[in-house]
Amino acid sequence: MIKPSKPMSVSVLGLGYLFLYLPIILLVIYSFNESKLVTVWSGFSTKWYATLLDDDELITAAWLSLKIALMTAFASVVIGTWGGFVLARFGRFRMLTLFTAMINAPLVIPEVIQGISLLLLFVAMEQLLGWPQGRGVFTIWIGHVMLCVSYVAIIVQSRVKELNLSYEEAAMDLGATPFKVFFVITLPLIAQALISGWLLSFTLSLDDLVLTAFLSGPGSTTLPLVVFSRVRLGLNPEMNALATIFILLVTIGVVAANQYMRAAERKRAREMRMAFQSESTLAETDNSPVMARQAEGASKPALLTRKGVQS
Amino acid sequence: MNVQIQERSAPAAGRQGKGFVQVIDVVKKFGDAVALNHVSLTIEKNELFALLGSSGCGKSTLLRILAGFETATEGKILIDGEDLARVPPYHRPVNMMFQSYALFPHMTVERNVGFGLRQEGVPKNEIAERVNEALDLVQMRRFAQRKPHQLSGGQQQRVALARSLVKRPKLLLLDEPMSALDKKIRQQTQFELMNILNKVGVTCVMVTHDQEEAMTMADRLAVMSEGEVVQIGGPTEVYEYPNSRFSAEFIGSTNLFDGVVVEDEPDHVYVEAPGLPARLYINHGITGPLGMNVSVSVRPERVLLSRAKPQQPYNWVQGAVKDVAYMGSYALYRVELGNGRMVTANVAGLVLSQGEAPSYGDEVFVSWSESSGVVLTK
Repeated sequence: MIKPSKPMSVSVLGLGYLFLYLPIILLVIYSFNESKLVTVWSGFSTKWYATLLDDDELITAAWLSLKIALMTAFASVVIGTWGGFVLARFGRFRMLTLFTAMINAPLVIPEVIQGISLLLLFVAMEQLLGWPQGRGVFTIWIGHVMLCVSYVAIIVQSRVKELNLSYEEAAMDLGATPFKVFFVITLPLIAQALISGWLLSFTLSLDDLVLTAFLSGPGSTTLPLVVFSRVRLGLNPEMNALATIFILLVTIGVVAANQYMRAAERKRAREMRMAFQSESTLAETDNSPVMARQAEGASKPALLTRKGVQS
Repeated sequence: MNVQIQERSAPAAGRQGKGFVQVIDVVKKFGDAVALNHVSLTIEKNELFALLGSSGCGKSTLLRILAGFETATEGKILIDGEDLARVPPYHRPVNMMFQSYALFPHMTVERNVGFGLRQEGVPKNEIAERVNEALDLVQMRRFAQRKPHQLSGGQQQRVALARSLVKRPKLLLLDEPMSALDKKIRQQTQFELMNILNKVGVTCVMVTHDQEEAMTMADRLAVMSEGEVVQIGGPTEVYEYPNSRFSAEFIGSTNLFDGVVVEDEPDHVYVEAPGLPARLYINHGITGPLGMNVSVSVRPERVLLSRAKPQQPYNWVQGAVKDVAYMGSYALYRVELGNGRMVTANVAGLVLSQGEAPSYGDEVFVSWSESSGVVLTK
């Protein structure tokens, strides 16, 4: 293995992180700037945060964005799980590759194109059927779901593929019908994939600008749309304050989720180690050396994490 | 649902009479590949029957057909006289203990064991009763509230066993029951499992690739190879009287001598093997013409090593000790014959401790009695 020199790797790493985080740090600092001019520092103040709270347009837009993001996340998870499960389990049929590619395609199709095509569809439908009347929350929702379904389907598909079939077979063997097996066994086992799919859809929808721009109508201005239209008129310290709040919320969320997951993992590893120990003590009283491979394997990750902490 | 099936099939049992589980001429094809080639088996009630074979021999496919996860291309499966071809796995009176145990990770031990009963709609208090009964049987009651990951491998196996027994299946399927366990725990677990199965009295089909496991646990076993059943019999029968070269080599290890039959009487056979100084004499007759090509199988533990030339005029060869592997209770000798062939012999610990055993490089005579050889015609 090639080992880079320490000063070299430290400086490269430093530059890399600076590149990533300098703009954000500047933004946070300037959100506390007193001056109305974003680029001139004139003193510390929190007045932009106060203005933010009085800004009805922003708050309405934020609520709308939140509402659409929630709706999108739930709908995408339902449809995407369905699609991903079918693609993972349907077996090989003639056009499987085609269908898989078609599920993946929306990931690479430019949003502008998706936006234009959906807009054309909605306009045509309105002329022919009189529905949907105008653009608004409903059309934005449809667009966002279309965007997010692919992500959920891909996550679920890969999770279902790696799922040990014997869980479902065992449930069926014990008398559960396939329909029941899906809800009682399969869904709980892929719950993590559903949660990540939900979170991804939620964030994608929350900060989507391009697609929303095509599909929104009067009275349905989402937060990204407001921010974008305001910033176009010139940089604004109020937006810095808004961004800082967002960064804070996201950081708290991510850190909390991480902590929770690590704690759960540690708890699990500890319990598995204890199961192994309980069996060895049990064996000692029986005067027979008993050891289970699974429990042995289970104690390994714990050792690894301990080593990881040390280094 | 299950209850209905049991009621329906109860009178049929008496009518059929022969064999509780019958596998009749079953063929399974995956595309062009033949996984099972006209397999027929009969399994008696309360018998522990093992399907033994190396991977890809079709034993797991047969087990999955019995469970209902695969459908036979041809042939019939009868359990207690009832044809199961059209019965889906969730309505079969068959339960399986999976190789990986497949305990549901999001349910406690108690809920895992009770899962099957809940599907049947058994009343709550009866479920609790039967779950406790099953957990007592495997001595896991005090772990009832744990999740599977809080159990060791051996404990998980017991829960899996309780879960597959709690519905009182007519047929219990065990898929490689010991393979996920550490070698040290295995033997003890094998006896425990047998005790439990005897106590419950359930008909059982077990799949394994481990011949020791099959010999220890099974009442009868079927040796399978390439989708066909090679031999069916009790462990002793299959070991002492293999019916083919495959059986002889798969169950335990053996020395095979190829030769031709030169004398065939009802009570003995002489076989002349090229390269051996003496004829092979076996004290049982065979059905086959003189001059037929056969193999003679001699188990290593039946072989005697001596420095002096044996008295008997048959069943001996001369060679030099090539390898000695000390195994604790016995030593495994590999003796090289004049023509470069190897003969394996087990030398018992008693002989070793008396200091009379030959050592590496010694010239020795290998011999065996007339009842030790088995003539194999295929």
